[in-house]
Amino acid sequence: MAALTREETEALIQEVLEIYPEQAKKDRAKHLAVNDQSLEKSNKCITSNRKSLPGVMTIRGCAYAGSKGVVWGPIKDMIHISHGPVGCGQYSRAGRRNYYVGTTGVNTFGTMNFTSDFQEKDIVFGGDKKLAKIMNEIEGLFPLHKGISIQSECPIGLIGDDIEAVAKKANKELGKPIVPVRCEGFRGVSQSLGHHIANDAIRDWVLENRDGDDSFPTTPYDVAVIGDYNIGGDAWASRTLLEEMGLRVVAQWSGDGTIAEIEKTPKVKLNLIHCYRSMNYIARHMEEKYKIPWLEYNFFGPTKIAESLRRIAAQFDDTIKAGAERVIARYEAEYQAVIDKYKPRLQGKRVMLYIGGLRPRHVIGAYEDLGMEVVGTGYEFGHNDDYDRTIKEMGNATLLYDDVTGYEFEEFVKKVQPDLIGSGIKEKYIFQKMGVPFRQMHSWDYSGPYHGYDGFAIFARDMDMTINNPCWKQVKAPWKTEASSDAVKVAA
Amino acid sequence: MPSVMLKKNSEGKLIFYIPKKDLEEVAESVQFDTTEKWGGEVVLADGSRYYFDPITPPDFPITLRAKRVDSGE
Ligand code: SF4
Repeated sequence: MAALTREETEALIQEVLEIYPEQAKKDRAKHLAVNDQSLEKSNKCITSNRKSLPGVMTIRGCAYAGSKGVVWGPIKDMIHISHGPVGCGQYSRAGRRNYYVGTTGVNTFGTMNFTSDFQEKDIVFGGDKKLAKIMNEIEGLFPLHKGISIQSECPIGLIGDDIEAVAKKANKELGKPIVPVRCEGFRGVSQSLGHHIANDAIRDWVLENRDGDDSFPTTPYDVAVIGDYNIGGDAWASRTLLEEMGLRVVAQWSGDGTIAEIEKTPKVKLNLIHCYRSMNYIARHMEEKYKIPWLEYNFFGPTKIAESLRRIAAQFDDTIKAGAERVIARYEAEYQAVIDKYKPRLQGKRVMLYIGGLRPRHVIGAYEDLGMEVVGTGYEFGHNDDYDRTIKEMGNATLLYDDVTGYEFEEFVKKVQPDLIGSGIKEKYIFQKMGVPFRQMHSWDYSGPYHGYDGFAIFARDMDMTINNPCWKQVKAPWKTEASSDAVKVAA
Repeated sequence: MPSVMLKKNSEGKLIFYIPKKDLEEVAESVQFDTTEKWGGEVVLADGSRYYFDPITPPDFPITLRAKRVDSGE
């Protein structure tokens, strides 16, 4: 199917909005837009980071998910208590595939679920005593942990427990960092505020721990990787490139990261931000307080990788600049082979994305390297500044949808008929049943890494095996396919 | 009175950031920008205006409080 024109895309949005009642239509209209590359600012065309409408399907998470699941959870040598009832932590346990090295249950705790398992009596009489008790239990059972974070679930804020006081007391008793995080699920409109709260907790309870302590030997090439959660090994595939060009990666925030790395980050020369949405707050804070500049980069697909390596190198001296060129040259044969193999199989295929904080714009380059085209994209919980950064990456007259509802997404797909959808687990089975090839782009569908040159090879293979999988021809019942049996078209 | 994070970009231009509003904008002009005095009315690229009480030139990046002069919308 040919690309839609601007008018057709606008008409499509109108058509989809038609079904809503007046008020909802007015509200949703602000979140759907046709991309216009000539705009500098996204607030001219799209509204974001607003409360979802009651009654529509949204795919967003809560502030607890943003703090425990995204920012704090991957810090592997700390124990993160899901403070409150058992479900919030248990149902999200280990779902993000933040890889780490270590012995789980001994010196690392990433895939375990720690909870204070609130019962009725804890709600009625308060849970502070229980919290103090379980921290002592943790110390006895897991003596090698390097600190505890208390991730508040909804009830904590509602019953007014004083977790800060408990944390301070435990910190004195145990002599390890104890961090209370006020990330109750009801705060904010999505997981995004949870990221912010988690960043602020790191700022207030961890970052200053080594101020005035110069015992850590530094080099002029120290950097921190911020906002890489090591999904399927992403941070490792990124880190090797930075190290090969001569930089020293002092800290990984927070995939495969440790609390010691976080504490040492104020000593680095440059902060490198991959997921801007979830960690720009702390980068801005470090810029102001420690005068550490920060730089956004993108390690999806060879074009963006080369651009990013050069931009990073430009912040350093000639040895690093030469290092960047050396790295790009070294991998050239490798990534060219990937492109030569998969581009002919994927050329011209059209993709619709709907993901979280950075990928709706970051992966566009990787698809383009394979000759594919992203015809629609949107953020679950992006803000204006994310859309500002998206407008130039997307083609003209493509679809932008913010906090898209289940209904809108399905209708868009029926009309646009993409060859591939990249979104989350909640969307996966709907679209697969509709016969549209689908990749789960939050946890890479049990695959990965996708970052770096190594990741690009896996990315290309995965896209190919999904799109060109013969199973799509079998989805429709034989008696329904007479006319267009060649293609797998969505039943419109 | 929003808190505004101010920094200089690589071209030496002033970048204006209001965390609460995700507003990230280049400042087109600053009323007082000398070695003795900094502040006054700041006009952003999108046309909105903010007022800072004049102070001795600060060390950027820094967070300061500003008054909104008009909406510019
Ligand atoms: S909204 Fe509240 S109860 Fe639900 S998962 Fe989040 S913290 Fe738990």
